[in-house]
Amino acid sequence: MVDWKPSASLKNLQQRAYALAKIRRFFSERDVLEVETPLLARSTVPDVYIESIAAEVVEGNSIRKNFLQTSPEFFMKRLLASGSGSIYQIAKAFRQEEKGARHNIEFTLLEWYRLSYSLDQLMTELEQLVQEVLGCGSISRFSYREIFQQHLQIDPHEISLEELQQRASTEIDLSGCDLSKTDYLQLLLSNSIEPKLPPYCIIYDYPSEQAALATLATDEHGVVVAKRFELFGHGLELANGYFELSDAAEQRARFEKDNAARKEKGLQTHDADEKLIAALESGLPSCSGVAVGVDRLLMLLVEAKNISEVISFDSERA
Amino acid sequence: MATYSTSEFKSGLKVLIDSEPCSMIEVEKVKPGKGQAFDRVKLRNLVNGRVWERTFKSGESIEAADVMELEMEYLYEDGEFWHFMKTDDSFEQVAADVNAIVDAKIWLKEQDKYTMVLWNEAPISVTPPNFVELEVSDTDPGLKGDTAQGGTKPAKLSSGAIVKVPLFVNIGDILRVDTRNSEYQNRVTK
Repeated sequence: MVDWKPSASLKNLQQRAYALAKIRRFFSERDVLEVETPLLARSTVPDVYIESIAAEVVEGNSIRKNFLQTSPEFFMKRLLASGSGSIYQIAKAFRQEEKGARHNIEFTLLEWYRLSYSLDQLMTELEQLVQEVLGCGSISRFSYREIFQQHLQIDPHEISLEELQQRASTEIDLSGCDLSKTDYLQLLLSNSIEPKLPPYCIIYDYPSEQAALATLATDEHGVVVAKRFELFGHGLELANGYFELSDAAEQRARFEKDNAARKEKGLQTHDADEKLIAALESGLPSCSGVAVGVDRLLMLLVEAKNISEVISFDSERA
Repeated sequence: MATYSTSEFKSGLKVLIDSEPCSMIEVEKVKPGKGQAFDRVKLRNLVNGRVWERTFKSGESIEAADVMELEMEYLYEDGEFWHFMKTDDSFEQVAADVNAIVDAKIWLKEQDKYTMVLWNEAPISVTPPNFVELEVSDTDPGLKGDTAQGGTKPAKLSSGAIVKVPLFVNIGDILRVDTRNSEYQNRVTK
């Protein structure tokens, strides 16, 4: 028999609708403008660990390769640079190969940008939103350094690759060992720290190697860190925020670095998004932005073990 | 040699780890939003039964293990090997050594069926069914009238296993026993 039925229960779909309505009310009360941006576009992120899904679009006699967007970030920054003011979006995003209990190839992101907000202010607003949607208590904050010192007695910024390798081997039975410092830190975070975190917490001031699209700054220890944070809820990575990089030249350099890393791994490279670079050159107002995994938020709301329980039709049924 | 890449990982897959055959029990994808993906796999070593977790970098490949699970009928023991016969009407026989028989050794009864795991066609383990029916070969005499509750006593079964049984059990009784925890279930009417 053909299994045509949805993967989510009607009850969960109702919860989803209520949550989306709450989110929209939250932003309308704060005068943040809802926007929509293209899901299908000519360029995509060169991030080494994010694979885009290509789509072919016929243009006249030729076929142009487009990509389903992995996040609405670049378009939203082009809006910000054009004077939109603070904006939010509830958007579908697509990432190749990301399938599992907490991943679906097509998923829903809530992304918003706040003009002239510091990262601290944005963390507070995120906390308010999560409390509103999930009814949870206050959310504790730890720096990346604190959390590693507390749980693994290491300083993630100072530790050498050899020491890190050694420390990881006492925690994790790992096959092969051609990993970078960043790989080890991320693995230790998800394997040995996440299970011990309070139900809800924010980790901030990431190592500069994990800056992605965040600005760099010097912390109170004189170490250069990324002005980036992540929100974890019951072991799920829920949100990722940046004090946004606005330096066009630095943005181009990071794209080039990403592409060099892609080449080394034998992955297809993606040319820098020139429209984004041009927007940054014309001037991105000082802002902080964050992306929240809406499906994962829903998982916590209805206590679902699998993401498919909160998505009407998961990728297997789509 | 066949290999499996991490994208093919799933529970039940038989692979070679540190040159020993293992079975995947659970596979969990670990993927930070911005970072390398890993596959955290709970594995069972099919030779010694050890269960543990190993993490693989996504995209890695590992060797497949040529492992088969077969239903086998127990025939006899010759002092060195335990002989079994395939139940597919081929009458083909396979001999298990002491290392392979260790878990099943005290539960063997001729003509009963067991699950044998073969690696490169050689038996590496034999598992008894969850429940077996075996005759009591030795125990203290039964207490008349005590069929309800009360104490227990040890009883030796024809296969060599020793289990705790109610006081009313006698030599010659056939008992149903759970092989996973050696617990007495009930007396089978003869």
